[in-house]
Amino acid sequence: MTWLGSSQRWWIVFVGPSLLMLLAFTVIPIIAAAALSFFDWDLLTPPQFVGLGNFIELAGDEDFRAALIHTITFIFGYVPFVMAVGLGLALLLNERSRMAGVSRVVFFMPVVSAWVAVALMWRWMLNPRFGIINWALDLVGIDGPAWLFERGWAMVSVIAASVWKDAGFVMILFLAGLQTISKDYTEAARLDGANSWQVFRRVTFPLLSPAVLLVSIILLINSFQVFEQIWILTEGGPLGSTTVVVERIVTNAFSFGRMGYAAAMSWVLFAFIFAVTLLQTQLQDRWVHYGD
Amino acid sequence: MVIVVLAGAMMVFPFAWTLSTSLQTSDTLLQVPPQLIPPSPSLDAYRELTEVTPFGRMLLNSIIVTIVITTAQIITSALAGYGLARFEFKGRHALLLLYLATLMVPSQVTIVPLFVGMSRLGQLNTLHALILPMVASAFGVFLFRQYFAQMPAALEEAAALDGASPWRTFWSVALPYARPAVATFGILAFMASWNAFLWPLFVARDEAAMTLPVGLASLHGRFETDWNLVMAGSVVTIVPVIVVFVIVQKHISSGLLLGGVNK
Repeated sequence: MTWLGSSQRWWIVFVGPSLLMLLAFTVIPIIAAAALSFFDWDLLTPPQFVGLGNFIELAGDEDFRAALIHTITFIFGYVPFVMAVGLGLALLLNERSRMAGVSRVVFFMPVVSAWVAVALMWRWMLNPRFGIINWALDLVGIDGPAWLFERGWAMVSVIAASVWKDAGFVMILFLAGLQTISKDYTEAARLDGANSWQVFRRVTFPLLSPAVLLVSIILLINSFQVFEQIWILTEGGPLGSTTVVVERIVTNAFSFGRMGYAAAMSWVLFAFIFAVTLLQTQLQDRWVHYGD
Repeated sequence: MVIVVLAGAMMVFPFAWTLSTSLQTSDTLLQVPPQLIPPSPSLDAYRELTEVTPFGRMLLNSIIVTIVITTAQIITSALAGYGLARFEFKGRHALLLLYLATLMVPSQVTIVPLFVGMSRLGQLNTLHALILPMVASAFGVFLFRQYFAQMPAALEEAAALDGASPWRTFWSVALPYARPAVATFGILAFMASWNAFLWPLFVARDEAAMTLPVGLASLHGRFETDWNLVMAGSVVTIVPVIVVFVIVQKHISSGLLLGGVNK
């Protein structure tokens, strides 16, 4: 139904509050961020117009480039890993609907918990001297590394904790995708003598490919914005080996008081996210199969 | 089957270990071998938490901020969703595109100007600063618009024939009909604002204005080695959200969960 006549004008009453807030706290700030990126401003002295100065400085900023590389390293470790784990769990649970209810709660506990609390849990478990993980490794005769305090292992730890936290989320998305696949297809393939791997590779996966695309886009967008776990787990260390883009934005705005520079960085982050999302949707014709 | 149980155990263990650590005293905390069941369980860490930080204040801040944001987001989103679904007006399509466009911009872009604005207005360390920028949700508007667009028209038509205004019809017919959407969106909004970290990190710098996640981060900075204290803080931060999730999880549909990623 559609409201007609004099009722028509009511739309302002309905959309107004949300629209006003959206304009004040999202649209105007987006425009302000664009303007801000052309200024140098520490909030204490008047803003200085610097033109493209911030972007030029950004192009030569070694710390920012390192943060970008670390972010991409995180993405390459985290995205395939969490997708594999999530898909594996979804495939296992799809056959066992009896366990679905309780699994949904168990695997979702990390998903719904605050990252700060989860990161602190892992920081405690990964403690080099008193952590339960190195104690367990010691039992089997392995001298565990210093994890978050050791170059290389720090990023591995961050990725592992992130996979642990998000596996249940990916699992739920894939379970929803799997439920749309009719059992007829997989059973037909089995009758033709296909083994489990062949059924998965030739039937299930192609039918699931739209879900895989969707999940990978969501994960990529989110992981470009990786921040909270880094902030708590490693604080960018050791020796700046796990700094990431959002951490740079926060540090520049927060600690260095460089608002314009931080705003410029946030635009570069947006550009990366936008470009990668676009690329993924462009490439989808090559491998995504929308059943017809 | 074995793999699923094993994976489940890997999910549960860190929580159990956190709870166990929070019940340890400083004497038993670092003993070898570690004990999953604390030898002399005590609530000392929780008591100390309220003594060394304004932890009660932080908990209260979190509760107020979360309730206000969740309620406000449900109301503004349901109203706008209904408006966009049930009225024909000039620029409706453009409005929908505007909402969609803002969803694509990551929150880090708006956070610096919002911080600058709040700082200029002298609103840092206030609950206003924590709440105001969050009262509208573009994702919520989409979710409710979809829901109302497929609602059968007969109910509203009956109300309109009886002379009810669109406003009354919305509250007495449309919103009750949308209860599943309210539940799903409500839980997502609740979790997002209870767990929010980046924005509160910017604007809540005084301990008295902090919500639990930011408070927890600062606690960790000050009491790095008192793990029972830090884990007690983690337990208090995590438990409410898990309890709510367990209670309402049957009402959450996986399809709608997709939106949970649009923070």
